Amino acid sequence: MFRLSDADKRVWLVIGTITIIGILFIPFSQMVLDVSYNYTLRTVALGGAILGIVSGVLGCFAVLRHESLMGDALSHAALPGVAIAFLLAGRELGALLIGAGIASWIGVQFIRTLLNTTRIKQDTAMGIVLAAWFAIGIALLAYIQSRSDASQAGLDTFIFGQAAAIVESDVQLISVVGFIAFAVLALFWKEFKLVTFDSEFAGANGFRVGFFNVLLSTLIVVAIVLGLQLAGVILMVGMLIAPGIAARQWTHKLDQMVILSAVFGAFAGGTGAILSAVDADIPTGPMIIVVAFAIVTISIAFAPGRGLVWTLLRRRGDRKRFAAQQTLRDLYKYAMSHGDTSYPVPDSFIVGIGGANVQLGLKQLEARGYVKGDGNTWRLTSTGATVAKDDAYNQQLWDVYREYSDELEIPLIAEDRQKDIHDMLPRPAVEKLERKLEGMVA
Amino acid sequence: MTNLNTETEKRPIALSVDDLTVAYNSKPAIWDVDLDVPEGVLMAIVGPNGAGKSTFIKAVLNLIPKSAGTARFYGKTYEKARSLVGYVPQRGSVDWDFPTSVIDVVTMGLYGKLGWFRRPGRKERDLALHALDQVGMADFAERQISQLSGGQQQRTFLARALVQDAQIYFMDEPFAAVDAVTERAIVAILRELRERGKTVLVVHHDLQTVEDYFDWVTLLNVEVIASGATATTFTAENLRKTYGGRVAYLHGGETIAATGD
Repeated sequence: MFRLSDADKRVWLVIGTITIIGILFIPFSQMVLDVSYNYTLRTVALGGAILGIVSGVLGCFAVLRHESLMGDALSHAALPGVAIAFLLAGRELGALLIGAGIASWIGVQFIRTLLNTTRIKQDTAMGIVLAAWFAIGIALLAYIQSRSDASQAGLDTFIFGQAAAIVESDVQLISVVGFIAFAVLALFWKEFKLVTFDSEFAGANGFRVGFFNVLLSTLIVVAIVLGLQLAGVILMVGMLIAPGIAARQWTHKLDQMVILSAVFGAFAGGTGAILSAVDADIPTGPMIIVVAFAIVTISIAFAPGRGLVWTLLRRRGDRKRFAAQQTLRDLYKYAMSHGDTSYPVPDSFIVGIGGANVQLGLKQLEARGYVKGDGNTWRLTSTGATVAKDDAYNQQLWDVYREYSDELEIPLIAEDRQKDIHDMLPRPAVEKLERKLEGMVA
Repeated sequence: MTNLNTETEKRPIALSVDDLTVAYNSKPAIWDVDLDVPEGVLMAIVGPNGAGKSTFIKAVLNLIPKSAGTARFYGKTYEKARSLVGYVPQRGSVDWDFPTSVIDVVTMGLYGKLGWFRRPGRKERDLALHALDQVGMADFAERQISQLSGGQQQRTFLARALVQDAQIYFMDEPFAAVDAVTERAIVAILRELRERGKTVLVVHHDLQTVEDYFDWVTLLNVEVIASGATATTFTAENLRKTYGGRVAYLHGGETIAATGD
């Protein structure tokens, strides 16, 4: 039942590594970086970590729905809500957050209405709401500041975030609301997955696509509102999408992606907060984002299968392999046309035929002992000759297969000339091909 | 316009379409379509590009709004008949980089039956594996969908529809741009479905294979030109009426019309 594939093991390795680094980071920061773990730091680090988990998990769906920038638009759209809530209720945190949520939510619905009823495209609609809502927010904040009311001090922390403002009750709020959001996510997991992957099929099967879209948008707005104090409207999108982007590089499974997001988000939130405590002048919100995107960069560079380093290495491996194959075939053909496989092939010929790849190919073949250089000629060794002969025979069998598979009643498979045909077809089928080939050559 | 021989006359009508009209920007994409499809036929829907073939299927399945007309499945509306209908859409409608596996996609076909709060379990997994086996993709069950070729993607969608065990299947150009292995697998599935008494409607792009694969055909160009048994309906005259002389098609060796005429 618990059969873990290599890919699964790799994901657990990543989770384990990050967790260990995260845990070790605490003593490291205390001893090496001279960070003092007072009440404020513990609260901020905990709040950052939990926020990282919540926004990372919910942000996965924004990323998968290609709505990453929607997260940015929604974050910016929260600002006027904060200002209006202040004007109505004063500096009451609950009211401010509710105001932020309502403003964001109205922004989402406005974007969807624009998309559904006009010809405006998604990026334009988001740009409109982002700019307009944010501008209204800035204007209102400026007005509030001009009234020089002492209680408005710190409202502009919602623009850039301010970690020092986080207290224990905030951390509790984030935890509780985050937990509820996760419960909703778990409850409707399969619906969210289906609606995100293929909304047309979901609709055809009776699922209320509109309802789930609104529900998902609401969860994302909730994540944004929770993080506004810490990260601010401008940077919140980073907290939302970075963990998901990084997680996607390491796994092909949605549930693993979500778990990895949570781990990456927690790490970024926690260590970002701790790092910013090294010096009183380092702002916390931006530091968290910096750590988060460092994780993204490492993931994009090094993830197996998708990462840049992996892809470059694989391409180089492919180039070498194909160069060796083609060069061997050219050498073999030339030698055979002159009588036998050990006939020396002049350098000028093989370079003329093969061009730039030939040097790469010859190096590979020499390293494997398939050819031997002799002054300005090349000879196949006996091993090389055998390999070349088998390869040529294999290609001939594939040719026969392509032309005669129907006539010989051989099962239809996808051709893969890089593979040995003996591995691709059952024994009797290959024997038919071999007999046919014999008959043609005779 | 429907051409029923005595055998199919006795069968119930699986799909009944009346006066169906769909318009985009005040222009009809399909107009006043009347169609009665008897149970158990394997029907091709053919017509030139832009003739409204995909629009027809989507309107019948309530995926796009109708301007007029109705579609009834064994006499019921689509909302009531959902469990009777399976849909294989065009491949391009989905992001194939989504993190999910082949068997996961096929299992999604069963979500409708699971309802709100149940999760897919052992039984669903077995059904999904069986469907994958039918399309020859059982070995690919755990494969990530971004690693699939076009034909394999098509077969995954087909398995997702098969797992629903519907009575009526709609397929939108399942043979478009697929490899020979996939084409053969799809034809085998279609024939098996017909043998089991299912009704299958397929938007088909390749005139050369209509007579080999399908026993019924509907010729559509905004309106229905003709619909019935392939033998009697798939004629040179009907093809000319549908394609307007712009089709180059070899009917038993003779050209119907030349392109550019």
